[in-house]
Amino acid sequence: MSNQQQFGPGGVVEPNQLNQITQAITGLDSSQLTWVSGYIAGLAAAQDPNANNLAPIAITPVPESAGTLTIIYGSQTGNAKGIATAYQVKASEAGIPAKVISMADYKPRQIKNETHIAIVVSTHGEGEAPDDAVELHEFLGSKKAPKLPNLKYAVLGLGDTSYEFFCQTAKDFDMRLATLGATAVLERVDCDVDYDSAAAQWQDDVLAKIKDDLTAKTTQVASTPAANTASVASIYTKKNPFAGTLLTSQKITGRDSIKDIRHIEISLEDSGIQYQVGDALGVYFLNDEAIVQRMINAYGLSAEETVTLGDESLTLAQALTEKCELTLSYPTFVKALAESSGDAALTALLADKAALREYLVPRQIVDIAIDYPVKVTAQQVVDACRPLTARLYSIASSQNEVEDEVHLTVALVEYEEHGFVHQGGASGYLAKRLDEGAPVKVYVEGNDNFRLPADPNTPVIMVGPGTGIAPFRAFMQERDAQEAEGKNWLFFGNPSFTQDFLYQTEWQGYVKSGLLSKISLAFSRDQAEKIYVQHRLLEQGAEVYQWLEAGAHFYVCGDANHMAKDVEQALLTIYQTHGKQSADEAKKSLLALRKAKRYQKDVY
Amino acid sequence: MSDNKNLIVEGKLAVNERIKSESNFLRGTITEDLGDDLTGGFTSDNFQLIRFHGMYQQDDRDIRAERLKQKLEPLHNVMLRARLPGGVITSKQWLAIDKFADDYTSYGSIRLTTRQTFQFHGVLKPHIKLMHQTLNAVGIDSIATAGDVNRNVLCTSNPEVSHFHQEAYQWAIKISEHLLPKTRAYAEVWLDGEKVETTDEEPILGSNYLPRKFKTTVVIPPQNDVDVHANDLNFVAIEDNGKLIGFNVLVGGGLAMTHGDHSTFPRKADNFGFIGLDDTLAIAEAVVKTQRDWGNRVNRKNAKTKYTLERVGVDTFKAEVEKRAGVKFADAKPFEFTGRGDRYGWVEGVDGLHHLTCFIENGRILDYPGKTLKSGCKAIAEIHPGEFRMTANQNLVIAGVPAELKEQIQALAQANGLMPQVSLQRKDSMACVSLPTCPLAMAEAERYLPDAVTEIEGLLAKHGLADESIIYRITGCPNGCGRAMLAEVGLVGKGPGKYNLHLGGNRAGTRIPKMYKENITDTEIMTILDELIGQWAAGREVNEGFGDFVIRSGVIAEVVDSAKDFYA
Repeated sequence: MSNQQQFGPGGVVEPNQLNQITQAITGLDSSQLTWVSGYIAGLAAAQDPNANNLAPIAITPVPESAGTLTIIYGSQTGNAKGIATAYQVKASEAGIPAKVISMADYKPRQIKNETHIAIVVSTHGEGEAPDDAVELHEFLGSKKAPKLPNLKYAVLGLGDTSYEFFCQTAKDFDMRLATLGATAVLERVDCDVDYDSAAAQWQDDVLAKIKDDLTAKTTQVASTPAANTASVASIYTKKNPFAGTLLTSQKITGRDSIKDIRHIEISLEDSGIQYQVGDALGVYFLNDEAIVQRMINAYGLSAEETVTLGDESLTLAQALTEKCELTLSYPTFVKALAESSGDAALTALLADKAALREYLVPRQIVDIAIDYPVKVTAQQVVDACRPLTARLYSIASSQNEVEDEVHLTVALVEYEEHGFVHQGGASGYLAKRLDEGAPVKVYVEGNDNFRLPADPNTPVIMVGPGTGIAPFRAFMQERDAQEAEGKNWLFFGNPSFTQDFLYQTEWQGYVKSGLLSKISLAFSRDQAEKIYVQHRLLEQGAEVYQWLEAGAHFYVCGDANHMAKDVEQALLTIYQTHGKQSADEAKKSLLALRKAKRYQKDVY
Repeated sequence: MSDNKNLIVEGKLAVNERIKSESNFLRGTITEDLGDDLTGGFTSDNFQLIRFHGMYQQDDRDIRAERLKQKLEPLHNVMLRARLPGGVITSKQWLAIDKFADDYTSYGSIRLTTRQTFQFHGVLKPHIKLMHQTLNAVGIDSIATAGDVNRNVLCTSNPEVSHFHQEAYQWAIKISEHLLPKTRAYAEVWLDGEKVETTDEEPILGSNYLPRKFKTTVVIPPQNDVDVHANDLNFVAIEDNGKLIGFNVLVGGGLAMTHGDHSTFPRKADNFGFIGLDDTLAIAEAVVKTQRDWGNRVNRKNAKTKYTLERVGVDTFKAEVEKRAGVKFADAKPFEFTGRGDRYGWVEGVDGLHHLTCFIENGRILDYPGKTLKSGCKAIAEIHPGEFRMTANQNLVIAGVPAELKEQIQALAQANGLMPQVSLQRKDSMACVSLPTCPLAMAEAERYLPDAVTEIEGLLAKHGLADESIIYRITGCPNGCGRAMLAEVGLVGKGPGKYNLHLGGNRAGTRIPKMYKENITDTEIMTILDELIGQWAAGREVNEGFGDFVIRSGVIAEVVDSAKDFYA
């Protein structure tokens, strides 16, 4: 369609088309119309060759709470909860659909789907948000907060005037919502210790203001069309990655953990990139500048020397930082440098292949430079290096939940050797070296061999210890968005319950909501004997077998060398024990399961 | 009783009343929660019910916000408060709790408390049953040390009049046992006790237990180490020619209040009169039952005995107790309290045994650099045939040491920092646990106390009063565990680094201090104290205490009847 075609009232469509459209939208309420307008705009964007044409169909989810007053409370002592709960009753009695939710249970991103919210919040200590409210409070003040031009809100603050920062948290919410474009239906009310009458007055006043908006609506909104089709092709590829923005790099293991695992959030805003749960994200990184300098020093070279890579001319430091693989080590580096330097020791190292492998395993390229500071040129060093490649991480989010973000679960590799800190290439980059807000080059690597069942009623069993949890977080977000009826069972393991329960509060939320039917946990170091996920599988063998017989899909993600093998062995044992099968039959059963794409692995 | 109508507060019952009534005699679904490995905590009702079994769910508040960001729940754990009437514990028991603290608590300490018992802090859910079973194996339980019940019964730790202490201590045990919940829930839930078919009954506490916590003491004047006015029910030992003949009964003390709620206030106990020894249990039971039936079950903030007395009148309450017990109170016998501190160092009891009272700052028994208190206590327990007594001032008495062991125990105590050279001021200072474990804490108490005392010492020295002291107490919230509402200078936590400053208690603990300044910083407090201690130094009468001075000189008004005066 182009603007030269002039038809009908809008000058765009023919009269009979307009008729059809009018018919189709008859009876829709304003929020449904808003949705339809977005839907159609998305269709247009997808077809228009002039626009940013690879943008996906912009499917704006229908607000779940269309026509509902959402009462959100946050409190330390329970007073706010009491007011909020009573308010829900009052609103319902007044014919206004209302739901009440604790800020602790409220997903901050949900706020952009709201039309009317009432916030009841206390202030903790010296002007800080109460624990329950911290996440939402921070979110609304962060750069992640969405614009909220369609939101109407009211805030009730609970406090104590003897404190310096009286009702500070309520003030913050009020200001932040206003900043995001939301409209206050009523001026904020700040209550002192004896809040009863002020709170009651506020409830009545707010209801009076929003009554007209909310009482008329009775129609139920049709369900959102599923967006779970094949990956939409993107102009951003391994060769042409998108410069996303690192939003969050948050350690999610406790302070006494033996592991440092990060939750990473990257913005894909304006890229049009669409990924599916099960996909991986390729992440390009820059090498650690300190390591690059050590390497340059080891060879007695200068960082500013010019080298050539293909038809590109750049400094040695630049080349090593941006273009060369330095964290994995490889024999070709040794070979190339041995040849170009003619160094006897390096040549000797090359002679014994097994010894060379053994030498390389615990080392990064910089360690070789320090062990063998041979005489070479800058160009020879660069030529000896493999080109830097992106690292792949299983995606830990669903776009139905996070929209234009992508989340990862990254274990930071970090250790000291030769008296200085070595980091993993991408993990060190994402976890430590890159500042939040900085650009990071990424692309989506599809993985059609790790997909949720097409039928949302199919049960799934997920085994994901350690960072293997990542795709299952995405699975649960997706099943949640789909309102999938199929049961979900997660097996997770890590060293310690208190320190290493990755995404604990999210799993608790999913268990509470009923989405996650079962969770089986194996914390290996919390008792004398080591317990791993395969032990939990065997303990629950009878039920695992029942689920499989009922058509469950079985997913494994994480360590390939030990865990995945142990889990597979456990599955075989389960077929034998609970399916009364011979060893051969069990193998066949597993093969059949795999062929039916009901046994999928994402292991590394 | 039909005439009780006006004596009972009508209205929608407080949430805790529902929890208790639905708990199946305190069982709730605790066992199910123990099997839930998704969380280290307890679900809402059970969160309250475990208190009746002597535990509070807590978490490390220092890292709560950090863990929220880490998508980890708060570091839930429980604090256990043991039931030790009179604070008495044997060496064998000591060794068992010492080991458990090492092996299974995250803080590794034995915390002596103002309730004359010990607390474990930081026990993770998978170890809770093991904890109760470990204690049970050496004859300790934690039944009813928290929750709406009669809690651990205190008894003066006086080591000098040893025969008298023995008698009073036996009464503390008898009262504790008599008022204990009868439900088998504790044994079933924690000790894997057999489930019997019989229905539980609570003839004294009732199936809904008490409206609120209830605290009882046995006290031997002239010492008031247990702080009678912080307690609902007190038996003041009366002697005749060195023999215990009965008790004066003091009812309705209590220090808890709620910031900003003037219907709550600390209150002193009223003296109901004298009873003979034989009537002790009957009177204890009658006071508890009267409070059980008349206490406010609608508003928990006004549910304690002190408010029942204010509401129905002391005479009405007393008459009901007499009616229920079938005992008339005789006129109170004269007695006098002269002080509350412990008598540090060695004393010889009339039985010829020796008693060593050790000063434990904050009651926290732990190995510190150069002060290996915990190792010291353990080493003493290994050779000591007597017992330990925890005092209501959070100190420790090594009691009943035979003469031949005295030297050896003294050497161990000295080597491990149990006999520190500290000022009188430090000995007269006290704080509750507060941050980081107590969920109610609003400001630092235990962790702030040592430095605060150093500052007060400096002020006393500056004004030429280095040998004097002020009863100085810090409590992290207005619930009053640190008994600041019976101090000469009492700090009540209001927010991080902020306190309400109260002045005007006395040394014997028979006067409630009044708020002097609200919500001020530690620096402001020290500035005020500097000024006032200066005035005291210049204008005091002979031996006049700081609390008496500030009232006489008009710095603060005296609280006589706290219902009227406290907020006036």
